[in-house]
Amino acid sequence: MDALLGEPWTLSPSVALRPEPFGALAYHFGNRKLTFLKRPELVAVVRGLAQAPDVRTALENAGVPASQHAAYAAALRGLAATDMIRPRPVRAAEEVA
Amino acid sequence: MTIAPERPTRRPETGSLVQQFEYGLDAPICLTWELTYACNLECAHCLSSSGRRDPRELSTEQAKAVIDELQRMQVFYVNIGGGEPTIRPDFWELLEYAVDHQVGVKFSTNGVRITPERARFLASPACGGYVDVQISLDGATAEVNDYVRGPGSYDTALRALQNLKDAGFRDAKISVVCTRENIGQLDAFKALADEYGATLRLTRLRPSGRGADVWDELHPLPEQQRELYDWLMEHTADGEQVLTGDSFFHLAAFGESLPGLNLCGAGRVVCLIDPIGDVYACPFAIHENFLAGNLLADGGFQQVWQTSALFQELRSPQTGGACSSCQFFDSCRGGCMAAKFFTGLPLDGPDPECVQGYGEHALAGERTIPAPSQDHSKASPTRNQPVMLQLLTRPPVSACAESPLAGFDTRVTASFLSRAATQPAAAPDASQAQRRSVSFDPDQS
Repeated sequence: MDALLGEPWTLSPSVALRPEPFGALAYHFGNRKLTFLKRPELVAVVRGLAQAPDVRTALENAGVPASQHAAYAAALRGLAATDMIRPRPVRAAEEVA
Repeated sequence: MTIAPERPTRRPETGSLVQQFEYGLDAPICLTWELTYACNLECAHCLSSSGRRDPRELSTEQAKAVIDELQRMQVFYVNIGGGEPTIRPDFWELLEYAVDHQVGVKFSTNGVRITPERARFLASPACGGYVDVQISLDGATAEVNDYVRGPGSYDTALRALQNLKDAGFRDAKISVVCTRENIGQLDAFKALADEYGATLRLTRLRPSGRGADVWDELHPLPEQQRELYDWLMEHTADGEQVLTGDSFFHLAAFGESLPGLNLCGAGRVVCLIDPIGDVYACPFAIHENFLAGNLLADGGFQQVWQTSALFQELRSPQTGGACSSCQFFDSCRGGCMAAKFFTGLPLDGPDPECVQGYGEHALAGERTIPAPSQDHSKASPTRNQPVMLQLLTRPPVSACAESPLAGFDTRVTASFLSRAATQPAAAPDASQAQRRSVSFDPDQS
């Protein structure tokens, strides 16, 4: 399993999500990359990252069955490649909490 | 206008992104906004027939209200054009306003106002990296460029690129409309872009606006389409070396698709706002048949985008019509709606430049080219008018004033034909062939 599942992640601060009938459109104001989130579940996961202690919890909160976690982890890695999402520093998260 | 009858309108819950896009989005992905019809140039192929300012042009306050609405709709960037947008006195003010409201700007210009000072502004933190500048250049040499864009326009564009480079502005775009005259210059364009630290962007010549008048003469020949396709395949293979604005999806029928959506986005993911607030389905379709509404008269841009009857129609899947039996239909999807419309071809048939040759067949048949529904061309030509049109205004001279042998016998006429490219004379029988070859020579003005 991808180590990412046990880590805290968050949506990048320069990214805006625009809801669309098929999911959402993600736009990064910094690198001006445009990405399409093709499933509403993926949008829920991405939106829930910052509030969840780790990625696995965010997936569970969004109702993604465990059998699909690996596939979602791969999709999230794809989003991380263009800085749509990024690892969340643990200390900062604790301070916020 | 009939696009195609009886199409389903319910969006499928799954399916590819392209299929989803065919049903339209809540807001456009990218929007073209022509700020003014006024222009210092008179390019022969101007797709918005620009020249004169329209007195109904949106005011500064109205334009800012449009930007506010785009921000609310999360339209993340707009392509601003014209006319020449930078000659609007409030252009720089609107640019900053958009950037301050999370609406990034890419603007197209012929470079006339990109002074060293403006270039420094564009490179400054005030623009926050949210501004892209696209300089139009339709020839890699002055001869080829000025032939369609007018005398001096090549120098203006290169000066602008130099100013941007000197100011430290990164990654300007050089935007080229591909024509019969410049397909052979693709490598030279790339070298120019590299020289100025710019990115090359190639787009398709559309028979829209004044483009309708010169399309027959300027659109790439079939073998040039292949040359263009091969060149693009080579230069887009490793990422984003060359941009195409998704312009050439009709070339996908050569085989492999080019990078991009390969889909007609008209009214689905793109549209155009014109200087008076009229909303059209796409930048290449400024015609009443593709007019969805007016953002001042019809309750704002969002209202027009989401509820106009025209856009609803465009968002239902199109049938292939005459193309549906073609094995390449899934690749090219029938090509460009605007190219078909402005050449008088049915919208559910082949693209006029169909690379499988169906377009030529369709063009040879009966068709009526639609009359333009609006024209902002200058009423009388100025010194900026391209040379190609001046040739047509030369006073006629009698054939024998230029050649004592004109019309002497057929053998002599034939020899004139073979020498047409080097002879300034115009024997009656040779005049057609000759005018074409002479009209490509900018020294003949």
